[in-house]
Amino acid sequence: MDYQVVNQGKLDIVMLSGDIDLYYTPDARRIVLQCLNKKRGVLVDLSAVTYIDSSGIACLVEGYQTAKSLQLVFGLIGVSENAMNVLRLTRLDQVFPIHASLAAALQHGG
Amino acid sequence: MNADTTLLTKLRLPARAAHLQELRTAVRAAARQSGCDQSLTEQLTLAVNEAAMNIIQHAYGEAATGEIILEIHNNGTELVFRLLDFAAPVDHNALRSRDLDEVRPGGLGLHLIRTVMDTVEYLPPPTGVGNLLQLCKRIS
Repeated sequence: MDYQVVNQGKLDIVMLSGDIDLYYTPDARRIVLQCLNKKRGVLVDLSAVTYIDSSGIACLVEGYQTAKSLQLVFGLIGVSENAMNVLRLTRLDQVFPIHASLAAALQHGG
Repeated sequence: MNADTTLLTKLRLPARAAHLQELRTAVRAAARQSGCDQSLTEQLTLAVNEAAMNIIQHAYGEAATGEIILEIHNNGTELVFRLLDFAAPVDHNALRSRDLDEVRPGGLGLHLIRTVMDTVEYLPPPTGVGNLLQLCKRIS
């Protein structure tokens, strides 16, 4: 897994790529929570994620809940087909705010 | 296993997260070799990965130092995945999927395995030690 964080106004765009599995999830979790703890909303870009397992999904759920408790924005953008299939299997596609692109997310206020 | 069963893969690997990619590569190759499409291949990969994760996290626990043996068989109508570990016997009756309406981190692995696979069962381990999980999926 690789990652990049890009600042966009009051938001941090966390761009994850590659496989997010049990080995890499601690890194993804640290990055997402670091941004939220700086009181910045987070959009996680999953367009280049080739694989995500339940540990990676748990990291996104924790980010979503942390953001909610801090009244910050949290959403997913450009979700890859593989990642979307896992979200559907866990019915979390109905929980996370999901946007087709960064532009679409910004248009909806993140 | 019947006489028409073909062993596609046998893989022995350390029960550590760093080795899960190796396991996923083996599952993808066996699924493709058996004619599974991309979507089914990825679902099978996810389910077997989740089963291995459960062994690493729950059977062996945090200080995972054991091994996992993965066998993948094709019996003509099903892909059969067998995961053998050498940890203390797990109380299989205590394993439950969580309610999906309850949004919280964790507890999704078993749900994913049961959703993807047709049958999920624990068999007696061959040497009487550890746990043997068998997952089956119809492919024709």
